[in-house]
Formats: sequence, structure tokens, C-alpha cells
Amino acid sequence: MSDVASHSVAYAAESPLTPESWGKLGMWVFLAGDAMMFGALLAGYGALRYGSLTWPVPAHVLGISLTAFMTFLLICSSVTMVKALEAIRMGKPERMRNFLLLTMLGGAIFLGLQAYEWNHLIHTGLGFSGNPWGGALFGTTFFIITGFHGMHVTGGVIYLGIVMLRGVGGHYSAARYQPVEVAGLYWHFVDLVWIMVFTFIYLL
Amino acid sequence: MNETAAVAHATHESPGFVRTYLFSTDHKMIAKQFLWLGLIMMLLGGLLALMVRWELAWPETQLPLMNLISEKTWEALNESGSWIARMIPNGFISPESYNSLFTMHATIMVFLVVMPILVGTFGNFLIPLQIGAPDMAFPVLNMLSFWTTALGGLVMLAGFFVPGGHAAGGWTAYAPLSAQAIYTGVNWGQHLWLISLFILGVGSLMGSINYITTVINMRARGMTWFRMPLTIWSLFITAVLLLFALPVLQAAAVLLLFDRTLGTSFYLPAGGGEPLLWQHLFWFFGHPEVYVLILPAMGIVCDILPVFSRKPIFGYKAMAVAMISIAFLGFIVWGHHMFISGMNPSLAVGFSITTILISVPAALITMNWIATLFRASIRFTTPMLFALGVVSMFIIGGLSGIFLGLAPTDIFLHDTYFVVAHFHYIVFGFSILGIFAGIYFWFPKMFGRKLNETLGKIHFLATFITFNLVFFPMHMLGIGGHMRRIYNPLQYPFLEPLQPMNVFITVSAFLLGASQILFMINFFWGLAGKKTWEQNPWEANTLEWTAAPPRPPHGNFLTPPIVHHGPYVYSLPGSTQDWAPQNEELPGKLARAAAG
Repeated sequence: MSDVASHSVAYAAESPLTPESWGKLGMWVFLAGDAMMFGALLAGYGALRYGSLTWPVPAHVLGISLTAFMTFLLICSSVTMVKALEAIRMGKPERMRNFLLLTMLGGAIFLGLQAYEWNHLIHTGLGFSGNPWGGALFGTTFFIITGFHGMHVTGGVIYLGIVMLRGVGGHYSAARYQPVEVAGLYWHFVDLVWIMVFTFIYLL
Repeated sequence: MNETAAVAHATHESPGFVRTYLFSTDHKMIAKQFLWLGLIMMLLGGLLALMVRWELAWPETQLPLMNLISEKTWEALNESGSWIARMIPNGFISPESYNSLFTMHATIMVFLVVMPILVGTFGNFLIPLQIGAPDMAFPVLNMLSFWTTALGGLVMLAGFFVPGGHAAGGWTAYAPLSAQAIYTGVNWGQHLWLISLFILGVGSLMGSINYITTVINMRARGMTWFRMPLTIWSLFITAVLLLFALPVLQAAAVLLLFDRTLGTSFYLPAGGGEPLLWQHLFWFFGHPEVYVLILPAMGIVCDILPVFSRKPIFGYKAMAVAMISIAFLGFIVWGHHMFISGMNPSLAVGFSITTILISVPAALITMNWIATLFRASIRFTTPMLFALGVVSMFIIGGLSGIFLGLAPTDIFLHDTYFVVAHFHYIVFGFSILGIFAGIYFWFPKMFGRKLNETLGKIHFLATFITFNLVFFPMHMLGIGGHMRRIYNPLQYPFLEPLQPMNVFITVSAFLLGASQILFMINFFWGLAGKKTWEQNPWEANTLEWTAAPPRPPHGNFLTPPIVHHGPYVYSLPGSTQDWAPQNEELPGKLARAAAG
């Protein structure tokens, strides 16, 4: 990340939490803040939904089976992410590249399906500021929260793409696997948040 | 970093003007950038406050000096639709522009003065130096943090120049007032306000990530958690507060922006929304934010008092624990801002209890400060005077807070000048005096030059006295029923007898403003003065004075310091010198005494 951070291993600090990489702790801290933003959106969603008398049952409007498949896809991409990290820790950059490509593919298919789902829902009448099933904010909260998550997936695919290209360029090895691990933290977080979003927006 | 690397780091060729002064990744330069931003904005925020005060003392009269501008010029300005004519038509403050003035005074003071200086300047400057690290964990992110904040500031300033004027819904921007342009007549001003807050939030979060990672991972050898100066504790806790509070504000601000621009209705009852949702989200951020504004000043005072009392801080661990508990409690008290919003009275009782609980750690901190001063041979330097000012003002501001934290009294005092008095005792009496204490204390380290002590003491006396003359009478105004954010108090006959007090406050406010000219003179005189190579002018223990060179290069320490004891070892019995630098190994017996 920087000239100082690259010294992290040589720098004799007092009881560092992540001596192997400062970026790792930095990512954890960032994710804690990001979780608060998702938390605020979901809490706001909860307050608006339970304050509304006409909120539709989500399962009646939103397709559960497609979204369940999307969830499955995202979980699979987390597995391939784990395999990619494992590959580079064993010193196999080409294997890492392949697993990162699979992970990115998982994310890209997820986004494609989300675009299809949005398109379909908009055609059935779910608007950004109104819809035929009651609960004017039903559509608004749906688009904002799934959209905010979709932005995270998009950013993640780009992020993984950069990691993959750097891997192809020979930046990583069995000794220098940390940036892949940090990218993995982000990707797993995006998955975890999706499970929350899926539960609150679609299932409950 | 080993020694050769550090020397190479310290002596490498000059990177040129742009990399040295604009896009520097050196935490010390970034700290100075934040300081300039904050001080310039303080001037602007202060001028806005004086305009508010003018209106309250002499409602609907022409502002001073405006009679120098001819009527013809005003006519031309009015016709051209200039922003000046919109803000002060014919030199008068209109009701609409008055709303913008107090909104922007608060916004600028909170987000562009106190936060950049306390968190940006002191956080950046002190964290690596006091924990013995060569720089922040992510220097490039650190640079981006400043420039993101500067961009946020520019967007905020742009709001003054757009048609409709700047945001006028108060710094709390309560919905639905802020959610629809028809209520305030402000359109782009409020948009820009929200966009700016979002950008400023991103900048602060970058800083937070850096501060937290640096403090956890990069403490020098021997710098255990309970050997850290309390300034570092306070800045670390502040960074955690920002990390958990700011994203909530950012989410809330984006939703409000959507309500204003995309036709959603999160906060609009007509569309099924809930105005109270804004208040909940805002104050979930807003109350921890209050502690963001005071905690770093608290840490600074904890570091300054022992240096000039020549005594250890009283109850070091209790201080750290008290600051942590204040931060934790800060997240579960936000409802005390909403007692009159129609909340369930039993909920109000809960929020009252958690609020009053905060007075336990707050009182503990105050008592520890007093115990630190007790029977000390105090050196009354300028930073010490400001620190003592903080201690005394915290007592007044803390006591008035109790009345506002309890629902029964708050329902009477809510939205009166009592509230204004209370939070100015905290944000000015605590944060701004703390900022001055810090600037006077660390100026030699930051700029390698000293500020004038005599001028500094006069500045303290003038500020301290006029500050109290401005804000103490506001308690009486508030109890007398004078409401906050009112354009013309004379519209209510029952406020007419209080008007002389308003005039008194305004005259004092102008004197308070004028007193800051002394600081400006001292600051620029100091900058232009002779460089000193004095290593440790205050005879302090912390690493920035003892281990770092007088003017630390990029990379700070020539050799990584090793810490042997805590930062508050002063007047150790049996020692010949009344201070003991943290990086100095004491002989066995003394070392045991210092540890105990």
C-alpha cells in the first residue's frame, strides 16, 4: 500500500494485532464502518416497514427462487475466494488466477441476475417512489438497499480484477499473500451482508 | 525500520514544492494542512456568529459599515441577483438569510473547524510522534483524507453562492423542514450541504481507519497500551466513535438527498415516510459526535496539566477507562435530544438514566484533573492557562448539561438559549480553549518556533473573560423563555425586558471576536520568528519532545525509540531531575517507583 506499510514486517512494534499486514487491520476497520452504513439502512427500513399499515409481504412480490439462486452463487464465490488464497499461500499463482476468475465470474453473474430482476420488477410496476401493492417506500427501500449492495459487488469485482492482474504480474507469492487475503476479507463481507439483505428484504 | 533506512529516509533529496506542501504524505505536513483549513474556517464561522449576534441585539437594523455602500450600489447588486444581495439585502439581515447564518455558523464550526483541528491536526501530528512510529499506517490514504476534507469544504462554501442561498434548516437539518425546498426556499444550498457532509464523512473515515490501525499496530517497542499518553487514548477512542457514527449520518444524508431530488419520501409523512427517522439517525450520529468534539481536547488537557504541575496525572487508568465509558454511553443516549418529539415517556426515562450515567465518568475526569493540580507547584504558561480554562468551563458546561439530560427539566428548557449556553460552554469553553491549549503547547514542535508568552497570556485572559460574558447570560435568557434560532426577539412582548441582555451579549461577542486578533498576531509573528532548535522547551516526557529530533524529518525518529515507562513520571522521589523521558531507562529502584 505504501512505503511505510511495506516495512511492516521489519518494523519492531509493540504487540501489533496484525504484524503480517497493516492493510488487514485497515480493511477490518473499514468493514466495521461499512457495516454501520448497512446497519443504518436496514434499521431505517425496519422502522419504515413496521410504521406502515399497507406494506406488502415481500415474498408475494419479489421472486424468492431466483434470489435464492443468487445467494447460492455468492456463497460459492466465497468458496472460490478461499481457494484462491489457499493457492497463493501454497505458491501457485496460476491456480490463484483461475480461482479469482471464478470468483469474479460469480460476482458478475450475480450482478447480471440482479439487473434482470430489477428490470423484471420495474416492468411489473415496482417504482422507485411508488408501487401498486401499497407501502410507497416498499420499492424505494428495495432499490436503495439492493442497489447499495450491488455497488459493493461491482466494486468487489473490479477490486478482485486488480488483484488478479497484479497476481499475473508476479506481485504475490507464498510469502507475500497478504493483499489477496485483504481482498478476500472484503469479498466475504459483501457475501455476509447479502445474506442479511436477503433475509430482511426478501424473506421476512 | 532499521537505522540506515531511517537515515536514508531522513536525508533523501527534497521532493519539490508540490510533494512537500500540497500532496505530502508526511503526517506532520498533513496535520499543518488541517490546521490552516480549520483556522481559516474559524474566521468565517466566527464572522457568521457575529452577524447572528448583531441581528439579536439590534433586530432588523443595518449591519455595521454597510452604510458606506451607496444605495445605487445596493440597487445594482439587488438587480443582478448577486449572492451578497441575497445574504444581506441592502445591508440588512433578512429572516431567510438569518436562518442560513446560524445554520452555517454551526455547520462550519463543527465540521470544518473543531473536527479538522482537534482530530485532523492533533490526530495526525501526535499519533505517530507520541507512540514512536515513523508515520501513519497508510500515508497515501492520509493525504487523500485531507484533500477529501478540503473538497468537502469547497462544496460547503459553494452553497453560499447558489440561487436560494445556503442551507437554512439548522445544522440538525430536521425533516420535513429540510426535506422539501418549499419550506425554507432553499434548493441547491441544502443539496450541497448534504453532499458536502457525505464527502467530509468519507474524509474523516479515511482518517479513522489510519488512526485505529496506527495505534493498534505501530506503537514503538515498550509502548504498551497503558503507557500511551492520554492524548493518544482520546484520539483512538475518537476514531472509533467516528467509525461507528459517521456512516449512519452518511446513510441518513443520502436518503434525505433522495427525498429532495428523486421524489422518495423517507422523511415525508405524505408518502408514508417518518420524519422522526431522521431525528433518530441524525442523533445516533450526533451525540457520539459531541464526544468527538471534546474527547481529543480532554486528552490534550490530560497531557498538559501534568507537564506544568510537575506531577503525575491522578488516576491514569481511571482516566482511560472513563473516556472509554463516555464513548460507549455516548451511543445509547441520543434520545435525550428528542424528549419533546412525542416519544414514549417510559423511553424518555431510559434515555434520561443513560444520560445521567455519563456524569459519573465526566465527574471522575474533572476530579482527577483537580487532584492532579492539588498542592502542585504550577507553572502558569499559556498552554497551562488554557488547559485550566478547559477544566473550569467543563464544570459549568457539564452542570448545565444535567438539566438538559433529564426529561422533566429539558421539556421546559428545550430549544431555548439555555441549550445554546450549554453547548457553547462545551464546544467553545472545552473544545476551542482545548485547541488553543494544544496550539500553544505543540507550536514549537510543529513549526520549530515559539509563540510569545506575554501576548499568549493576554489572549487567554481576553478570551476567557469575554467568552464568559457572552455565554453565561444566555442561561438566564433561556430560563426567561428566549427561544433559540429566533429572528427578532422583540416580536414577543415578554422578551422585551431581556433585550438589554442581548445587547450586552453582542457587545461582548464582538470583544471576544476582537480578542482573537491577538492570537492571529501571535501566530503569524511566531511563524515569521527565529527558528529554535530547542529540543524540549516544556520539560515534558512524551516521545515527540524527547526521542524525536527538534524538527523531525519525514520518518520522525533517527532510531526507533524504546519506551521504558509511562508518560507521567514527574517529580519522582529520589530523582535529581523532576521529569523522566519515556525513552530514558531509569535505574532499578526509580524504575520500580515509576512503574508503581
